[in-house]
Amino acid sequence: MARRAGIGLRGIGHAVINGVWRLGYASRFFGLTLFRSGTTFRRFGLAIREIYFSGVLSLIIILVSGLFVGMVLGFQGFHTLERYGSEEALGVLVALSLVRELGPVVAGLLFASRAGSAMTAEIGLMKATEQISALEMMAVDPIARVIAPRFWAGVISMPLLAALFSAMGVFGGYLVGVVLIGVDEGAFWSQMQSAVDFREDIINGVIKSIVFGIAVTWIALFEGYDAPPTAEGVSGATTRTVVTSSLAILALDFVLTALMFRGN
Amino acid sequence: MERTTLDLWVGIFVAAGLGALMILALKVGNLGATFGAGDTYALRANFENIGGLKVRAPVKSSGVVVGRVSDIQFDTESYTALVTMSLDARYRFPKDTFARILTSGLLGEQYVGLYPGGDEAMLGNGEKIMKAESAVVLESLIGQFLYDRAAEGGNK
Repeated sequence: MARRAGIGLRGIGHAVINGVWRLGYASRFFGLTLFRSGTTFRRFGLAIREIYFSGVLSLIIILVSGLFVGMVLGFQGFHTLERYGSEEALGVLVALSLVRELGPVVAGLLFASRAGSAMTAEIGLMKATEQISALEMMAVDPIARVIAPRFWAGVISMPLLAALFSAMGVFGGYLVGVVLIGVDEGAFWSQMQSAVDFREDIINGVIKSIVFGIAVTWIALFEGYDAPPTAEGVSGATTRTVVTSSLAILALDFVLTALMFRGN
Repeated sequence: MERTTLDLWVGIFVAAGLGALMILALKVGNLGATFGAGDTYALRANFENIGGLKVRAPVKSSGVVVGRVSDIQFDTESYTALVTMSLDARYRFPKDTFARILTSGLLGEQYVGLYPGGDEAMLGNGEKIMKAESAVVLESLIGQFLYDRAAEGGNK
């Protein structure tokens, strides 16, 4: 009995120490990525290629999801607002919930599962097939050549995708609210414009999406770089990327919201 | 380095993303609606009670938005709220303009309503509106109503 408890305790200790170790390694990896980003900006073609893979190829899923999320918001918002006789506030509801929260968060989650997982799998496989070691053999720094361009591509793509998601969502809300249900068009837009503040709401939403972009790409790249060079290792790392970055987005969203929208 | 179709797609993506941001800023947000480009001038007014008035609330005259509330402070000399408004320079108001805090709809947002008087002289930048009426506070209104009803009941 005592021996079994001892083994359990050892397991917990091992997990904690391992977790802290990985966190430190991941932080050093993040620092190295930033430190060796010079090549990315000198040869921006590398980053453009990665923007194509993480940004352009995510466009369809982002645009379609944005449209549907906006349309659902239109229906649900109307259903609730109708009870209080203030259907005209539908524009405010749709725009504020998209720009402040749903745009950055849902775009971030989609980005993590669409682009983040692909990044992890690609880098994990590069490592498993010893392409990373081959680069090192040729005195090419794999962090500068492989990791940093992907990192900056993610950081650039994410706010653009979030903005597209929000714009598409507002359009979806407009389609359902104004075109389908028949909320007054003038009130829909004017109330939205008077309620949504550029600095307070839109810029804060952009800041959120940049932070999510950094978090997701960092986690995805690190999981790929740290993956055991086996088929199982790569698949496990891909799963961990999606799970960890989704949790990170939701936790960061809470922290950022608490910081940004205090009071008022 | 040569131009590739990849560059074109990335260009389209970046342009679309920035375009979406512009739409958000201009169509959804209030960047286009605030008097960013136009000239403004400031007016001040002391209110006994501003209720739920907030900075950036609209200032309206005859229902037209003529400016925004730029600052709200507590005046320790008169122990009232000092509201600073920035008004569009196109609109001038007479010296005896009357300012009231009103509510749009029953539970809507509060705004400052300006009622121009008949004075020849106009209010200049930084001048104070002398006549200002407080916001209607629902609690005191209900209190008053109950008090009146009680007084009525006593008379019978």
